[in-house]
Amino acid sequence: MAFVAAVTKRSGAVRGIKRPSTPYLLLIPGLAWLFMFFIYPLINLAGTSTQTPADSGEVGVYVQSFRFANYIDAFSGAREQFLRSIIYALIATLLALAISYPLAYAIAFKSGKWKNLLLVLVVAPFFTSFLLRTVAWKQILGNEGPVVAVLKFLHILGPQAGLTASAFAVVTGMTYNFLPFMTLPLYASLERIDPRTLEASSDLYANGITTFRKVTFPLSLPGVVAGTLLTFIPAAGDYINATLLGNPRTKMIGNVIEARFFDIVDYPTAAALSFMLMAAILIMVMVYVRKAGTEELV
Amino acid sequence: MKRWLSKNLIKVYAFLAFVYLFIPIAYTMAFSFNNAGKSNLTWRGFTFANWQNPCGAPQVCNALGNSLKIGGIATLIATILGTMIAFALGRHRFRGRSAVNLLIFLPMATPEIVLGASLLAMFLNLGINPGFWPTVIAHVMFCISFVVVTVKARIASLDPKLEEAAMDLYATEAETFRRVTLPLVMPGIFGAALLAFSLSFDDFIITNFNSGTLTTFPKFVYISSARGIPPQANVIGSTMFILALAIVLAGQFVSSRKNRV
Repeated sequence: MAFVAAVTKRSGAVRGIKRPSTPYLLLIPGLAWLFMFFIYPLINLAGTSTQTPADSGEVGVYVQSFRFANYIDAFSGAREQFLRSIIYALIATLLALAISYPLAYAIAFKSGKWKNLLLVLVVAPFFTSFLLRTVAWKQILGNEGPVVAVLKFLHILGPQAGLTASAFAVVTGMTYNFLPFMTLPLYASLERIDPRTLEASSDLYANGITTFRKVTFPLSLPGVVAGTLLTFIPAAGDYINATLLGNPRTKMIGNVIEARFFDIVDYPTAAALSFMLMAAILIMVMVYVRKAGTEELV
Repeated sequence: MKRWLSKNLIKVYAFLAFVYLFIPIAYTMAFSFNNAGKSNLTWRGFTFANWQNPCGAPQVCNALGNSLKIGGIATLIATILGTMIAFALGRHRFRGRSAVNLLIFLPMATPEIVLGASLLAMFLNLGINPGFWPTVIAHVMFCISFVVVTVKARIASLDPKLEEAAMDLYATEAETFRRVTLPLVMPGIFGAALLAFSLSFDDFIITNFNSGTLTTFPKFVYISSARGIPPQANVIGSTMFILALAIVLAGQFVSSRKNRV
């Protein structure tokens, strides 16, 4: 919980200049780890992305030839999955926002002494394994499951129709699996709203809807931005939901990268796709954060 | 009735959201009692057999053991390294603060598949085979950022007067840190460690890239999902759920008792 508070809030007090070398000594081990196992691998991956197969023709052996056309080839081969990842992730993010906002609002303002317990209950489902939860959705939405039974009873679904192995199931799983990343930042920003500002609004004859639109929602915006980002980013790169709940026509960019890496050992294409995914996400994040006018993410 | 509904609409909505949140958990737990033969997809009758013999399915406890070992080591290293960075950021002014903040934020903003693929590519280039230690290294890498932000938030929320009071009472800088600052930050460090462990324990994508033939618990579930997941996996999932819930609730209880005193 605290980490989300930190994501939405800039750290407050910085004071006391002590020995000038102390901060660097504290930073070196951790930053060295990140340089070696995060930054350097990314640089290395950039190198891999422009390699071409070795002359020997051996499978999985590539030599550097700065072939930037790899990116064009990679993209044209996976355009469909790329677009699908972005669209699924956007839908899942919006659904998660619609589910989480009222929930976070209720916990922040209407829960009284149950607040802490309810917060624990929001996170609790995510203590079971991500994969077990996804498999559970496969059962819930499966042909013998309750959802299909109800929908068939109401004649919404035909007797032969099902819900699993579909885009619907993939988006359902994604929405569910990343929900706490949405709810917690929303709660953190709502909880910090001074109730007096809401009272002031109603004193000034604003009704409930106007107060929400003009006061509550703008004040919770940092939480909305943090929550949507923390949901969208993992959702766009996810391929577990697509594998377990989808069909061959719901494959996402993650599926393509994984298959390129392991099944085809086509490292350059996998590297190029990884970079394009990262670039696409970073560009969208930057535009979005600009628009939303909050840059206080760390 | 209508008035009651419009007044309590948000509570009804929150209740429904909770139902939605817990449906898959109820399923997972219920099917841990399923008298399943090989496939645990349909209900075949109630049994305690899976709980009495959680290691009954081949490989499942081996996978669990690997996950616990990786999670334990990665949590320890990430918590130490992350806490050090958090103190540097929370308590010191220095050149390059914003660059450090960016470096902490970036791994959280990078899709897991990119993290996993880039690390594996590096290991392969260096001639290192994926397996146990590469997985530990990867887990430490993605846990550090979460530890930093969690501990940093706790440091930022401390009342500076407490440390000033200690200094006024002639405590040295080291004593103040050991007897005042560190105990106050401890709940944050503990929370960060729990978060790191759960992230590590539950990670699939990065692990899948860097673990080679080593099986972790999420990998076990993934691999067996094609043939049918044994109910023992549900037993382990349910146990982890209950354990984590108990730890968090106990922590809340302790901290609320402390605040009252």
